[in-house]
Amino acid sequence: MSSQMQFGIFSVSDITRDPTTGRTPSEAERIRDIVTIAKHVEEVGLDVFALGEHHNPPFFSSSPTTTLAYIGAQTTKLILSTATTLITTNDPVKIAEDYAMLQHLTGGRVDLVMGRGNTGPVYPWFGQDIRQGLPLAIENYALLRELWEKDVVDWEGKFRTPLQGFTSTPRPLDGVPPFVWHGSIRTPEIAEQAAYYGDGFFANNIFWPKEHYQRLITLYRQRFAHYGHGTPEQAIVGLGGQAFMAKNSQDAVAQFRPYFDNAPVYGHGPSLEEFQELTPLTVGSPQQVIDRYAAMREHYGDYQRQLFLMDHAGLPLATVLEQLELLGTEVVPVLRKELAQNRPAEVPDAPTHAARVAAVYGDGPSREARPTAAAGNNLTVGGPYQDTPAAAAPTSGSAFGIAATRKEPVR
Amino acid sequence: MTRRIAVVSAGLSNPSSTRMLADRLASATLAELRVRDIEASVDVIELRDLAHDITNNLLAGFAPPALEDALNRVVSADGLIAVTPIFSTSYSGLFKSFIDVIDPDALTGMPVLIGANAGTARHSLAIDYAIRPLFAYLHAEPVPTGVFAASSDWGAQADEVKPLGARVERGARELAAAIAAREPRSVVDPFHPDAFLGEGRSFGHLLGGLAGE
Repeated sequence: MSSQMQFGIFSVSDITRDPTTGRTPSEAERIRDIVTIAKHVEEVGLDVFALGEHHNPPFFSSSPTTTLAYIGAQTTKLILSTATTLITTNDPVKIAEDYAMLQHLTGGRVDLVMGRGNTGPVYPWFGQDIRQGLPLAIENYALLRELWEKDVVDWEGKFRTPLQGFTSTPRPLDGVPPFVWHGSIRTPEIAEQAAYYGDGFFANNIFWPKEHYQRLITLYRQRFAHYGHGTPEQAIVGLGGQAFMAKNSQDAVAQFRPYFDNAPVYGHGPSLEEFQELTPLTVGSPQQVIDRYAAMREHYGDYQRQLFLMDHAGLPLATVLEQLELLGTEVVPVLRKELAQNRPAEVPDAPTHAARVAAVYGDGPSREARPTAAAGNNLTVGGPYQDTPAAAAPTSGSAFGIAATRKEPVR
Repeated sequence: MTRRIAVVSAGLSNPSSTRMLADRLASATLAELRVRDIEASVDVIELRDLAHDITNNLLAGFAPPALEDALNRVVSADGLIAVTPIFSTSYSGLFKSFIDVIDPDALTGMPVLIGANAGTARHSLAIDYAIRPLFAYLHAEPVPTGVFAASSDWGAQADEVKPLGARVERGARELAAAIAAREPRSVVDPFHPDAFLGEGRSFGHLLGGLAGE
């Protein structure tokens, strides 16, 4: 059931012209394709599908929980995640509701990666200011956790209208909120935030040389220990990555080069060769991808989740499905074995809902939230649910693994 | 304690008169520091060699290793000698692009000696209307004298009243005095909690500050 490492795909949901044919897929086509891709991720034996959030062309994924719920209905084991959820411009109340809802619909197969978003114009569309990006990320997340952990929330902050006696519905499945990773490519405060709460830290590992991410992950691990969640080695780390494969490595390079050269993010910049040398992008045979990614733990320590970017830059659906096939059948089975070797026993397994519920309730029954007759009048009847919320809700500041059993948050 | 000077030269040809001016300024500054019993070393950064890396940094968001090394050497130096040719009334595009990939806070308090060169002395005020405001914006501390060299300064029609050599020495003297007046520069590690957590050294401070406490 639980596994040491989870492997999967993360998509930024770009709709990009295929540079080899000049054809741009329609929104309808690309949205259909992403469902096919996500289902294939499960079919080839991978664990996670994570979807980005964007609110402008050329992206389609403005409403990730809609898409993830649709995918969740057509899969059975796949963990549905985000890449990333905009903690800055979304109302934390809506995040709390949407993802608790998704938890219930998918039997707990949900976690989230929080990000600030790097598209400047998005902030004013949602009434915010990009210069407040970091304070927004910190305050909004503090509220999100309260909404998930407490049945009745009184709140006053800087960026949102106050809440009085508010209950976010539905309550998290089994009384255990989704696991949260915090993603950042350059901001030490976000590594600190992940460590403070005992949450996971996700390094997208796409754009920068490894030394850069090493500093962030080392900081996160040290601060995770500082806040009393366990040893640095017990911190929960996820990594992104990027690969394109063919049996013969020269074929992979020839096939991928036009997509790389014209990719929206790094196209017309460094050459494919330079980019492979400087970043984890690996274009070659499955064995080359295995070698590159089996070495990641030497740079970052034993970790819990490895995601790959595969459906971007205009690559056609058939090619993406072939790539998933190679990843699922030739690469990941070997990586699972290699990364299991000499993995210290104290390193936690990748987080799952079932394991997190067991960490809170042991063998006992988990919470089932049943509203009281007077629900809606939260302030006078002692609570909107029949059980006693203070006793049943998981401890504030809890996380996965050792930290989940800690009684009081360290402030 | 030994000090270190970073010299940034944005000349495009080889040999370039930009680099010649940069070398004059560097050796004069070393001489002025020696007068004050201060030993110093010099790191010369030729932007021509980094031109592709600088463009890649602008497009991809990170510095390739050679550029990363150059950036580190600039921001950790005790003083900066920055020399650019004047193109179309201002610093060259390559020079500005290099400045653009430096962390905007990293040059705060840095003593800077500005040098520039162009075909004629009619461009000499570019130091004061274009380059000096750039360093002011970055909270660097350019010394009062900027040294401008026209093509004629290297030949027969040079300024006989205030020759280039005298201007170089004056600028170098000011930079040496600025370096001597400061403690050796220490670079703050942005990934150390002390650097980003503020008072209290805890995440609670970041949370509390936001709640208006």
